[in-house]
Amino acid sequence: MKSRVIVITSGKGGVGKTTTTANLGTALAMMDKKVVMIDTDIGLRNLDVVMGLENRIVFDIVDVVNGNCKLKQALIKDKRFDGLYLLPAAQTKDKTAVSPHQMKNLTNELRKDFDYILVDCPAGIEQGFKNAVAGADNAIVVATPEISSVRDADRIIGMLEASGLNNARLIINRLRSKMVKRGDMMDINDILDILSIELLGVVPEDESIVVSTNRGEPAVMETASRAGGAYRRIARRITGEKVPMLSVDEENVNFVDRFRRILKLAR
Amino acid sequence: MALLDIITRFFAKDNASSKDVARERLRLVLVHDRASVSPEFLNRLKEDLIKVIREYLEIDEEALSVDLENEEDSIALVANIPVKGFKRAG
Repeated sequence: MKSRVIVITSGKGGVGKTTTTANLGTALAMMDKKVVMIDTDIGLRNLDVVMGLENRIVFDIVDVVNGNCKLKQALIKDKRFDGLYLLPAAQTKDKTAVSPHQMKNLTNELRKDFDYILVDCPAGIEQGFKNAVAGADNAIVVATPEISSVRDADRIIGMLEASGLNNARLIINRLRSKMVKRGDMMDINDILDILSIELLGVVPEDESIVVSTNRGEPAVMETASRAGGAYRRIARRITGEKVPMLSVDEENVNFVDRFRRILKLAR
Repeated sequence: MALLDIITRFFAKDNASSKDVARERLRLVLVHDRASVSPEFLNRLKEDLIKVIREYLEIDEEALSVDLENEEDSIALVANIPVKGFKRAG
């Protein structure tokens, strides 16, 4: 299988890039893929704590590009899934410690051993962004249904195109179906109309994300987690499987909704 | 109370919901965001325009101006191209 380098980006901070990276990486590993997640947020690393691997860090990405250690020494093996690895960011350096050229070499080196290389991009449009997209084949843009996030996503889509990544796909994160229903939150179509980009999936707002982050165990491991379920479906789409979008917001629709939908179909 | 809610909602159709406000504001802000292009971009556009128009008309290249203008909710490419003469039909 040909390996793919996928950058997960958003422009705006706090919309769920790291949570998305951790969950998609874990979900792909649960499907027996060989996956490495790279945290490129140098100075503000967090993928390690979201994954619950913070106590295992010895070397980091800056050590690798500076030749202080071998690439394999810096890769942290996940304790739960075979084939899942993390390359952590450095915490004490800044974004200029790595160059786009070095990133490209690094991802190319990782292609030899992995099916999926997921690059967790820092917020912003500066050097960190340029590093993260340097070696990528595909891009996933994460946005929440808010003006500020969609605006920044629009900017990021433009910048991805300028770097030759014209195939970006969108994850709408933290959608609250109740607010959408009463007209107080933009819905999926509003956002897709504005961004004109392919939808990869929708993740509902879900308290289980906070709980799973507290524990350092990605929500996809939790069968009952709605957000986890949404991420598992997205991971299947990444592998090329055709997985239909569930209802308006990928939630498990409740009985009344389902009944309504059947009535609508019958009409 | 619930009935009152329904009635209010029914008659308040033209009172835009907050998501409609958000969508409209977002649309406008993006029109402006997308229109703010670099001077470099405009220069390249200007040079290419000159190249094409020169085939058909004699123009005053020095006085030529090209700019993007924001109207209420749309963008226009406004070019002012003084014509010095026509090329002979050949």
